[in-house]
Amino acid sequence: MTTQSIQTTPAINTAAGSATRSAAQTAAAAFAAILFGSFLLYGVGFAQPQQIHDAAHDARHSFAFPCH
Amino acid sequence: MDLVRRLFTAALVAGVLSGTAASVVQQATTVPLILEAEKYEVLAQPPSADGHQHAPVRNVGDGVPVTTGEAMERVGLTIVANLLAGVGYALLVGGVMLLVGRPVDARRGLVWGAGGFVAFALAPAFGLPPELPGMAGAALEARQMWWLAAALCAGGGLLAMAFARHRLAVAAGVVVAALPHLVGAPHPETIDGAVPPELAAHFVTSSLGAAALFWAVLGAVCGWLMSGLLVGTTAGTAAERQSTVAPQAGSR
Repeated sequence: MTTQSIQTTPAINTAAGSATRSAAQTAAAAFAAILFGSFLLYGVGFAQPQQIHDAAHDARHSFAFPCH
Repeated sequence: MDLVRRLFTAALVAGVLSGTAASVVQQATTVPLILEAEKYEVLAQPPSADGHQHAPVRNVGDGVPVTTGEAMERVGLTIVANLLAGVGYALLVGGVMLLVGRPVDARRGLVWGAGGFVAFALAPAFGLPPELPGMAGAALEARQMWWLAAALCAGGGLLAMAFARHRLAVAAGVVVAALPHLVGAPHPETIDGAVPPELAAHFVTSSLGAAALFWAVLGAVCGWLMSGLLVGTTAGTAAERQSTVAPQAGSR
């Protein structure tokens, strides 16, 4: 039922399923996610302050980040 | 705003689930090997060496938990780090999924996860094997830079191979992915690590195995939760939706 409505009326699906959005909005959301994700990964995998290093030590080794 | 909320929610759920899965497997596989290796690290660096720490290497004996409380704290911090790594990677994958704009579901997400495994686990490990404490290594900054280059080049190369329309772009993807390996990873001038080779070899396979599970869960959950965001976003996806949905509808 759902797949038929998608196939025959994509415009309705666009309006109902995922709200109409511009390419700029999509790109902004994507870059926000990538930026924040990179920040988290920098903290977990790369940051060198001793306390962060010690807290993430076993996770860094397990994920094969260069640790020390 | 709804888009951002749904993207971040998908990444949060995918990251927590994959980080939890990785934590369980790591506690049974990689972490015992790390604790074992630290005994050799202690042997390799006697307290009388110079009396002070070589930042960022921890002090001799610091890493080996002695009380139950310390052990629990160490496990807890590792789980938190795993969850943060999961959310971080899921945000990257979710963001790139959105930029690529192709439809996804759990199965396609699994393929994305396989790509993430190749980019962020296999490609860096091809030049810099997963390290145990006490293993010999080149300067940390050089290894971190190479690791990052290997991961980003492999990731970018894979995306070009998977989604670029022009053959030249696909070929460029192959070259970019290979580039860090042609340059070569930084290695120590002398190999004087203290860890027994059996332990190191076992750790490499355990680390890659845990990473494979982590990426499979992350990719599948990301694909599943992102599926609603990647339907009918662009003309390109509309065309692909027609071609992918039609056979399913016909088979029912």
